[in-house]
Amino acid sequence: MKKRIITAAFLAFLFSQQSKAQTDTINSGYKKQKLKIEEINFVSSYYTQNGDNSAVTGGVGTEKLTDIATNFEVLLSKKDSKNNIHSFDVNVGIDSYTSASSDKIDPSTVSSASYQDIRVYPSVNYNFENVEKRYALNAGLSFSAEFDYTSIGANVGYTKTSKDKNREFSVKGMAFFDTWKVILPIEIRNNPTDNDANHLDTKPRTSYNLGLTLSQVINKNFQMAFLADFGYQEGLLATKFNRVYFDDLSVRSEKLPSTRFKIPLGVRANYYLNDRIILRTFYRYYYDNWNINSHTVSIEPSIKLTPFSSLSLPYRYYMQSAAKYFDAINQHQLTDEYYTSDYDLSKFSSNMIGLGYHLTDSDKGIFHIKRIHSLEMRYGYYTRNNGLSSHIITLALQFK
Amino acid sequence: MKKILFIFALFVSLQSCESVKEYQKSKINDTEMALTAKKTEKFENTFQLYREASSGANGGKTGGGCGCN
Repeated sequence: MKKRIITAAFLAFLFSQQSKAQTDTINSGYKKQKLKIEEINFVSSYYTQNGDNSAVTGGVGTEKLTDIATNFEVLLSKKDSKNNIHSFDVNVGIDSYTSASSDKIDPSTVSSASYQDIRVYPSVNYNFENVEKRYALNAGLSFSAEFDYTSIGANVGYTKTSKDKNREFSVKGMAFFDTWKVILPIEIRNNPTDNDANHLDTKPRTSYNLGLTLSQVINKNFQMAFLADFGYQEGLLATKFNRVYFDDLSVRSEKLPSTRFKIPLGVRANYYLNDRIILRTFYRYYYDNWNINSHTVSIEPSIKLTPFSSLSLPYRYYMQSAAKYFDAINQHQLTDEYYTSDYDLSKFSSNMIGLGYHLTDSDKGIFHIKRIHSLEMRYGYYTRNNGLSSHIITLALQFK
Repeated sequence: MKKILFIFALFVSLQSCESVKEYQKSKINDTEMALTAKKTEKFENTFQLYREASSGANGGKTGGGCGCN
């Protein structure tokens, strides 16, 4: 109840600030326009999974996990005297999860059936748009913290739009400076099996990304986007509390190279088939220097029920090859330089089907509450051919 | 997979690029036509990033947080 009161008070404050900004704009004129709230987005999801290939216990054992994730986003903007648009995006996310496999790192210290943790990740982004010259510049900062992991991120970007506004090119650079607090499995804490790290050491992981996007309107019904996201990581890339059992039945902590280079290439194509059906499609090819190749295909027909509501039926297929360092329990040899039994790095394929519902009404508002501009719900059921399955349900509300 | 790519390439090549005026963009500007992931896909993309070895080029999370559970 206390949380609800605080949330309601916060929303009331934000909307009162919005009204004040609009009044100031009317009274004092165009040049003195203040920041106003464009929209507020609230997204929350519940995720649950189960499987029998936990990496903590060497590729066997429960992968049961639940996660409740919530994200709160406020978008603000203003125009300056030259008609340039300044926008701010303030974002706060909280994940709360329970993981049965994490109990197995040190079973003697955990009294509950599951291990719990909370991740908090605020971020802020600024965007400057020169409407006359059709370009935008943006920059942002992000932070993420959980029990054994913190991350500080920064990004800069540039977008250029063509004269007829049918083509847009954007480039975005991102860097994440992360720190691990190393946790080793209980039985090897006093006798680490490699030189990567000792128990409770802090180790860095740094990630760099360069994203390129070219979007193009093909005709009145069809548009596409081509995406590339080059990524490079260095530092501690292994999860040190994951166990690996060797062919002589000995156990070690997971060990992986300290660098990884990733090349994902994607294309989105959306087609307005007729007044009732819109087709959203996506394909991605991925390659990295751990020898993982993957293909992702998704198709999502969206059916308009009324001018204000639609139903969507997303389907996604994914397949990947195994990392060259992966092997199942008791298959690794003592001569292997790197080793993991994490089935997220194994060869598998997966299918996901779902159902989405979108309702929008800018005149009356949703449930006759004028501030609620749209409501979106989505359910997804995911299965992997190695036994892992999951469910996710998400609710998104947009306030204006 | 190659057949899917071929059909897709054939479909795209049959569509010619037109200069579409702003007043002709009522369909292009439909919210379902946006060339980005939906708000409700945000957490879906995140768990796929954690449960699969691939990431990037889908508007999803590409860093921050270990995803090690």
